[in-house]
Amino acid sequence: MATDITTDALESPVGEINKYDFRTETTGIFKARKGVDAEVVNQISDIKNEPDWMRKFRLDSLEIFNSKPMPKWGGDIAIDFQDIFYYLKPTDGQGHTWDDVPAEIKDTFERLGIPEAERKYLSGVKAQFESEVVYGSLQEDLAKKGVLFTDTDTAVREHPELLREYFGKVIAPDDNKFAALNSAVWSGGSFIYIPKGVKIDFPLQAYFRINAESMGQFERTLIIVDEGAQVHYVEGCTAPMYTTESLHSAVVEVICKKGSRCRYSTIQNWANNIYNLVTKRALAYRDATMEWVDGNLGSHLTMKYPAVYMMEPGARGEILSIAFSGKGQHQDTGAKLVHCAPNTTGQIVSKSISKDGGRGSYRGLVKVEEGATGSKSSVVCDALILDPQSRSDTYPYIEIAEPDVSIGHEASVSRIGEEQLFYLMSRGLSESEASTMIVNGFIEPLVKELPMEYAVELNRLIELQMEGSVG
Amino acid sequence: MGLIETSMTDVLKIENLHVAVEGKPILTGVNLTIRRGETHALMGPNGSGKSTLGYAIMGHPNYEVTDGAIWLNDENVLEMAANERARAGLFMAFQRPMSIPGVKLADFLRHATTNVRNPERKEGEELIPMREFRQEMKSKMQQLQMDLDFARRYVNDGFSGGEMKRAEILQLAMLQPKFAILDETDSGLDADAVRLASQSIAEIGGAEMGLLIITHHDKLLEHNPPDFAHVMLGGRIVETGGVDLAKELHSSGYDRIRKAYPDAAAIEQVMNEEETQVAS
Repeated sequence: MATDITTDALESPVGEINKYDFRTETTGIFKARKGVDAEVVNQISDIKNEPDWMRKFRLDSLEIFNSKPMPKWGGDIAIDFQDIFYYLKPTDGQGHTWDDVPAEIKDTFERLGIPEAERKYLSGVKAQFESEVVYGSLQEDLAKKGVLFTDTDTAVREHPELLREYFGKVIAPDDNKFAALNSAVWSGGSFIYIPKGVKIDFPLQAYFRINAESMGQFERTLIIVDEGAQVHYVEGCTAPMYTTESLHSAVVEVICKKGSRCRYSTIQNWANNIYNLVTKRALAYRDATMEWVDGNLGSHLTMKYPAVYMMEPGARGEILSIAFSGKGQHQDTGAKLVHCAPNTTGQIVSKSISKDGGRGSYRGLVKVEEGATGSKSSVVCDALILDPQSRSDTYPYIEIAEPDVSIGHEASVSRIGEEQLFYLMSRGLSESEASTMIVNGFIEPLVKELPMEYAVELNRLIELQMEGSVG
Repeated sequence: MGLIETSMTDVLKIENLHVAVEGKPILTGVNLTIRRGETHALMGPNGSGKSTLGYAIMGHPNYEVTDGAIWLNDENVLEMAANERARAGLFMAFQRPMSIPGVKLADFLRHATTNVRNPERKEGEELIPMREFRQEMKSKMQQLQMDLDFARRYVNDGFSGGEMKRAEILQLAMLQPKFAILDETDSGLDADAVRLASQSIAEIGGAEMGLLIITHHDKLLEHNPPDFAHVMLGGRIVETGGVDLAKELHSSGYDRIRKAYPDAAAIEQVMNEEETQVAS
């Protein structure tokens, strides 16, 4: 089944998807040539008809990317940057039809019970007319409240004042090599602005952005939650994500102003050939709360450490992270909390599951800057290892510049016990049903934080992973 | 013939059972036949092999059967995995059941009940409809004087000793097995709690099952008077009697038994010495 392609996967799924490129090329779409250099970056900027400041931003970022070495820590990254397509014109999605989507992916959608319209969106087929009508009314509702919710490309054209003020300010291009790459070639992603005091009481989902550029390999998301406002943004889906290239490198920036609240939930399940290298960071100002809920499944290597910088007193950062590593997969995930002001509070809860030789690493940082007195942070990371071939590591970093703080760290590693399995089996559960139940129980504290439909999907997805039948 | 057999009482038959744990022999030839509807008390000093017999019947992978056989009617129990044994109608209430954090007792029980009632069910196939299951669980819980909130708690996670035992009895009540082994369901409970447990087992239909009650206590037998009482010593059953034997052992201990069965007493002594050596 699909897991069989894990280790030697680099060839086949890419080849598979290249068939679409061939197909779509005949319908006349644009695709930049392979590799990244100033010419390609300029081309991207031309096609998007971008203002000069953005073009300059991209070109500067490219220089930074070229000058920065690869990270020496984390996982093994074997990427030939010159062998990747960095830009596909978004309209190529129209060249996709549902018939082009491989049966295997359709089957997984079926088993996950993803609504049909959403399946098409997720597999890169443009949304159908009828769903435009449904989500059109939602957009209208948001617009009345002054909420901006669009793709980031459109935002560059339509909301230049906000973009120039905030874009690339939370995560500068020189933050790390992959942030620099994203800054040079980014495309797509969500832009959200919630005005002062506006509270959105249902989760905003990337899926609602109909007719916008679909999520790409180098998407760029920017969320600004103004004073006293509230939003829950949900990105991705538990359905497998297929990209045309083996590198996904996103940047997500969030600004939570005074007294605001933002929750950002992601569940992603990548194809097993993907390098998923993502930088996510939020700034939380006075009494603001930022929460990341981050679930990672699939991919060949994921490196992702959502961060909250608590900039002013009373700010709060919470990160819930879950990773499932199967055969041939390494999830190097975790979180960062940086206390920059007094009386700030942070919490990290990380859960990782490794199976069939998969490797889960928790990598986290808690940093208390000088002057951040009275700050509190707690870190709990639990790992569950399903078989002797699998592996779990913990790399907790703590840097404290103030004596008057409270930092707690707890870590546990457990194996699915023979005794637990026997107990459940003695009540009639099959071995795999019993393991699945134990794993679902392990992640339950996190799953209950998710919107209902995501919780259900995640549980089902874990079941499929446990059967070993989803790639 | 076939017709007559199916209408006959279910029988669990243990023949010359030898069991080793980590290579060390614990059971040295157990013979025991239980008919559905009978209650058997299994007594004996600590370390005589009572719980081992339970685990071996239930199919714990660490309990290696080195000789002998277990039959459920004409089915060879030793060829079945633990879950198949449960689906065939065997049950064991554990002395210290495992906790499964994050898994609600009700969800666990719904899976278990579905599987035991539809032994052919495959993973992922439908469960008993929620409403139907809830109603049944609710009525059993009321019968057992259990708070309904209990079903929303995680399986044995942070349960007191008494709560664990009651959760085991709830499972017994829902699963309605043909044969149930109760492994010291009275241990760690106060007198009132033991009486409640004893009464509960009777009320949920214990009399229709074949019961093997492992106990030191005659209170658990109060509402479930044994048809047979067995004494285990040195890894085998050395004497079988009725209620009177159970009473005698409860009041006078095992000295008479040790004297009467010097061979078994000698094995017990060797095992105890090995145990002490390992400990020191």
